[in-house]
Amino acid sequence: MSKRRLSNTQYAILFTLLATLFATLSVALAQGPTPTDDEVNKIAKKLYCPVCENTPLDVCPTEACRQWREQIREMLSEGKTEDEIIQYFIDTYGVRASGDPPNKVASYLIPAVAILAGTALLLRALQMWKKPKMAESTVPAKEAKHVHQDEYFNRLEEELKKRK
Amino acid sequence: MIANLGFGILLVTFFVALYSGVTAVLSNPKGLATIFRSLPGSEYLRALPGRLGRFFRITHDLANWLEKKEDPQRSASMAESARRAMLLTWPLLTLASLLLIYLLVNNHFEVQFVYEVTSRSMPTYLKVTAWWGGQAGSLLFWSWLMSAFASLVTLRKWDRDREFLPWVIFVSCFTLAFFVGMTVFFENPFKMFYQTSTGVEAYLIQPANSVLFTPEDGNGLNPLLRHPGMIIHPPMLYLGFVSYVIPFAFAIAALITGRTDDRWIRLTRRWSLWAWLFLTFGLVLGGRWAYDVLGWGGYWGWDPVEIAAFMPWLTGTAFLHSVMIQEKRGMLKTWNMLLIILTYDLVIFGTFLTRSGVLSSVHAFAQSAIGPLFFTYIAITLIASVALVIYRWGNLKAETEMHSLLSREALFLFNNLLFMSILVVCFWGVIYPLTSELFTGAKVTVGPAFYERANGPLFAGLMFLMGIAPLSAWGHSTFKTLGRAMWVPTVLAFIITAVIFAMYTRNVYAIIGFFLVAFVILITLYEYGRGAVARQKTHQENFFTAILNLTARDRRRYGGYIVHLSMMLMAIGILGIELFQMETQGTLEVNQQTSIGGYDVVYQDIARFTGPDGREVTRAVVGIYQNGEYLGTLHPRIDYYFDAQQAMTIPGQRATLKDDLYILLVSWEPASAVGATFKIYVNPLVNWLWLGSLLFLVGIVIAAMPDKDPERVMARAGKRTRQVSAAD
Repeated sequence: MSKRRLSNTQYAILFTLLATLFATLSVALAQGPTPTDDEVNKIAKKLYCPVCENTPLDVCPTEACRQWREQIREMLSEGKTEDEIIQYFIDTYGVRASGDPPNKVASYLIPAVAILAGTALLLRALQMWKKPKMAESTVPAKEAKHVHQDEYFNRLEEELKKRK
Repeated sequence: MIANLGFGILLVTFFVALYSGVTAVLSNPKGLATIFRSLPGSEYLRALPGRLGRFFRITHDLANWLEKKEDPQRSASMAESARRAMLLTWPLLTLASLLLIYLLVNNHFEVQFVYEVTSRSMPTYLKVTAWWGGQAGSLLFWSWLMSAFASLVTLRKWDRDREFLPWVIFVSCFTLAFFVGMTVFFENPFKMFYQTSTGVEAYLIQPANSVLFTPEDGNGLNPLLRHPGMIIHPPMLYLGFVSYVIPFAFAIAALITGRTDDRWIRLTRRWSLWAWLFLTFGLVLGGRWAYDVLGWGGYWGWDPVEIAAFMPWLTGTAFLHSVMIQEKRGMLKTWNMLLIILTYDLVIFGTFLTRSGVLSSVHAFAQSAIGPLFFTYIAITLIASVALVIYRWGNLKAETEMHSLLSREALFLFNNLLFMSILVVCFWGVIYPLTSELFTGAKVTVGPAFYERANGPLFAGLMFLMGIAPLSAWGHSTFKTLGRAMWVPTVLAFIITAVIFAMYTRNVYAIIGFFLVAFVILITLYEYGRGAVARQKTHQENFFTAILNLTARDRRRYGGYIVHLSMMLMAIGILGIELFQMETQGTLEVNQQTSIGGYDVVYQDIARFTGPDGREVTRAVVGIYQNGEYLGTLHPRIDYYFDAQQAMTIPGQRATLKDDLYILLVSWEPASAVGATFKIYVNPLVNWLWLGSLLFLVGIVIAAMPDKDPERVMARAGKRTRQVSAAD
């Protein structure tokens, strides 16, 4: 036998084998490795199941929640992104599946307005309290002059005395 | 029948409380007239045409008539009668509670409450604490505490404050009657099961043609509640809740009698301090329980039930600070009244929320029998109290003016503003899902992210104030005086922060947080130290004696400083776990290892066995290594309770000042060969939170401890009151 040469049939077989291998590989790569628990939990943390009030999905011990986590894992391995998965849960189970209230204006603006109103009220009250005292404000200033370095100690003693 | 006897006693207590409250009111017609006059908008209502107007004219005429009815001798005897009736409620409620405990301990499952919260396999101490393990029992427990405190208050010497007595009795008995009434008519722990032709149901009185039905075994206490933390946590919280009723009662008494100086505050200062102590400690214990039992690696989840207990704490803490302004400067009288009223109603709100779970949806609220009642009660007390405040508005005018925005009273006001802001955020977070459901039909979840984002800056603001407020003087302060007092600690705090920045973290929130912690701790210590050095110089004492004497002479101030320090230790823990928590989850085979936060965790062994108290324990053995060095083993486990058909995940914990290694056994099936799944957290610095809570106890006890001689304290307080009024 001279130099070994592959016949056409052999080429064909080799080609088919390689093609199959590549096809399997590419499918496997598209599917990706099974997502880890940490990847699942990262998304589950932001979700709330409709059954267990106020318990984030990543720590909820019920069987239903375990199945929901498995669903997240499947969706991840199908190549879905975090946003898509969260949106899917919101679409399926309602806005309460998300831990963040959907209406940002209502959820943040209302307390903010209340707080600002309170601040305004307080500043206004402070102004009103301060005004009538302007004329007498020289008295404490005069006092402040003749206290020297032990001013702090005097103040402390004075306050302690008052308690007696 | 013991249960019937218990029911009878509760019914009697209800009428005794009613009698006491009504007699107290009638003993003081003038005060009653004040209540009528203060009714909201009564002037306009009287002008209404027709029957409505006439009705309101009647209340007006009634008030006039009542004022003429004043008969001192009759008043005194009626007030005494009210007081005695009040004192009767505690023994009665004690008896009812003892009967309930007897039923709980002796497995009387024919009683519905006993069936719901106990089972044969539970140890006796848990059966006793099951008293507050369900709604009916905890309402009885609440009432029992309420009557104990009210009795305690009525037993004190009243010589100088005679006019307050009927109204303090009235408010306590009104509250007590509401809670006892709730227990008797809606959530009775003495209901029994009867078998009728239609089936088994719980009744208060045996229906015709029925036989008593006794189940074989009880449901058992929720396993989550079978934990030492859960045994002390509810009583602590309730002690705090109920103690706040007393300052509120005095505030109302002051409003009705028109004695609106700071007497009511001085009389109840210790009550509000102890209330605050119990409430704070109750909250911390609740956090610790969640950390140890709930198995989600944290201690606080911004759950509505937690927030319900947190809200009265916020107003209570604001009150604690703002009463000082009234005592020292005679300002903010109206505000203090409003704060204590708010605290009282938040306490009622919290009690009701903690046990009923009605917040989960509008429907749950409408269906529960007690929901609407509670809200009616809160509405009535709130409107009536605020109406009284408005009526006395003129008497509550400030005695002095604000001098500067940097004075201590001004800074305390900002502190109050921040506490109120946090309250607004929390309240909104709790009711937003309800309003959303009501108006749009869509249920929403308000998760921790909302609270953290909204409250974070507010907490930072509070910490900043905690740093500078102790340095500012009452009356007036300037940037100059403040700056002189704080530049040394501030520079030191900056240096510490720079070190943290260079060596540990670049996280902006952490840098701000740790700077504030260092700032407050250093200023507080500096202030303490300066006081001690000054005293050392003048009294020739050594430094430690000086510190002790300084604390002894002004326990309120220095106890307060210790509380501030403890809050900062807690802040270290909170910053650590909130910003730097690490977690990983994975399935390990025996001898396989995983690593997190510098720890190597090796799964060594697992066993499943049946425990003596009706649970199946699955316990894993996990070896812990750090840099190849063996640190010990941890035993995370799952306890499955047969009676309640519920599993509990108990973590294995390794606590150090640096961090907590917290391992949970998530799942393990003996049949499968895939190994066990663990969830592992590393919670940096979290133990500072628990350490801080211990220091907190020390501080608050120093501040709240009664003086050795109560008479002298009273005399002293009296002298001070006279001084203040003389100064005006």
